[in-house]
Amino acid sequence: MKTFYGTELPNPLMLGTAQYPSPAILEQAFRDSGAGVATVSLRRESGAGQTFWQMIRELGVLILPNTAGCHTVKEAVTTAHMAREVFETPWIKLELIGHTDSLQPDVFQLVEAARILTEDGFQVFPYTTDDLIVGERLLEAGCEVLMPWGAPIGSGRGLNNEYALRAMRAEFPDVPLVVDAGIGLPSHAAHAIELGYDAVLLNTAVARAGDPVLMAKAMAQATLAGQLAHQADPIEARDMAEPSTPVVGKAFLS
Amino acid sequence: MAGLAVASELVSRGAKVQVFDPGGPPGPHGCSWWAGGMLAPWCEYENAEEPVLRLGQRAIDWWAGRTKVQRCGTLVVANTRDLPDLRRFARRTEAFVEADRAKIAELEPDLHGFGKGLFFDQEAHLDPRQALQDLHRGLKEQGVEFHRKLAPAQIEHAIDCRGLHAREYLHDLRGVKGEMLVVRCPDVELTRPVRLLHPRMPLYIVPRGDGIYMLGATMIESEDSSRITARSMLELLSAAYALNPAFGEAEVLEIGVDLRPAFPDNLPRIRRLGRTIYANGLYRHGYLLAPALAQGVADLALDNTHTEMVDEDRA
Repeated sequence: MKTFYGTELPNPLMLGTAQYPSPAILEQAFRDSGAGVATVSLRRESGAGQTFWQMIRELGVLILPNTAGCHTVKEAVTTAHMAREVFETPWIKLELIGHTDSLQPDVFQLVEAARILTEDGFQVFPYTTDDLIVGERLLEAGCEVLMPWGAPIGSGRGLNNEYALRAMRAEFPDVPLVVDAGIGLPSHAAHAIELGYDAVLLNTAVARAGDPVLMAKAMAQATLAGQLAHQADPIEARDMAEPSTPVVGKAFLS
Repeated sequence: MAGLAVASELVSRGAKVQVFDPGGPPGPHGCSWWAGGMLAPWCEYENAEEPVLRLGQRAIDWWAGRTKVQRCGTLVVANTRDLPDLRRFARRTEAFVEADRAKIAELEPDLHGFGKGLFFDQEAHLDPRQALQDLHRGLKEQGVEFHRKLAPAQIEHAIDCRGLHAREYLHDLRGVKGEMLVVRCPDVELTRPVRLLHPRMPLYIVPRGDGIYMLGATMIESEDSSRITARSMLELLSAAYALNPAFGEAEVLEIGVDLRPAFPDNLPRIRRLGRTIYANGLYRHGYLLAPALAQGVADLALDNTHTEMVDEDRA
């Protein structure tokens, strides 16, 4: 199993911590799903989110602070430094938004910020597109993890471009890869893991579900199923039926 | 507001009450001053737990006996691109009718460009500041004494309704930041609270009469009540602008920022520790759940009955 900057995850599910009906439901979603990583946003709360952050610490899971809502390298770097102080971790999920409507990452600034932060000792988890060259540049900048999107943040559209995600997996066989954003259903999460992705990161699909705790459990089970399926070496899809019992010796009527 | 509501309920059951508030009569020192004043249990149920729906339904009649309540319902609309959110909202709650373009135009002729909405006809709203003043005046008329200071330590039966100020006794209480604006825009005439679904926060606009509107409210897990951010202000104003571009000409009268006291499940609690009963954690449901909270406190204080909000009793 691949490690994330030397840390092995208990399971392939990472959950966000925004938009839940209450912190109590958030906590239950983590407990029932066994998700091993919690992402937390720092941008909007600035220094005054201490009580909420303490609740997140008490979940007892790995914390991956993020730079959600940052639009410039400068903002992202400042937020990352604050995150390191608040949560005492070198991990940072680097998010640099380039487009307000689609929340598409600005990959040019992303690479620049990734370089600055890596040189400063951060372990960067970049939220990126499924572009191979951007992925290469991020690795050159010092990232040891890539987090391509499945679809735009919060859209719940699943894996929009399976071909690109497969290509990325094939291109970077040794890099831990996480599908981040766009997951709406457990089947999307399972699909990503079946493709060989090492984890999925999602928030809205769970937090805004009618029953977030139930959905978190469903996501956990789906990622586990995906993992088993990937290890089991699934069959190739083919165009013709392949009978599982021999047909030789049976009467053909047509 | 929690304190006044509790006092009002106790007095209505024949108890003798004194009220202590170092801030004086109702004013900007209480977060209820900045509230929307919506009595909307069905809309709130979309993102809250079941007690909010059930207990909140008592609120409309409780308030109607004490202040002016407008029973005009709530209209929920969404921009075309956010229609999935409207469908989700409808699935998550009840007691509404679907409103098409014609129905929306009939209810609120000044709303433009919305083809689909939900109308919750049993909901109501009040003017929070008027309600606070009416409670205060009503209690005075019934002989309740008000003291502009902290309650003395030696009181036989104390009820602490101080919101976040009671934190040192309620360790699981936190503040959730809310930001709001009050604008004047006589060009727009809305008669009922309108909610605009938005992927990141529930935005609403509540008419206060005379062309005055309250725009609310952000929900941020932060305990900094010192400032509104430019982003929040932009989001609130663009929501108003999306409802009717005439809001572009509105005069900004007030900017409000405060913290909602909340427990981890965002539901209110009644706790008796020694001789003090703590009533707290109304979160974003102050006017909606204060009547049920007040009734629960009165049940405990006067009849020693434990209703569902009581989570700890170490008398």
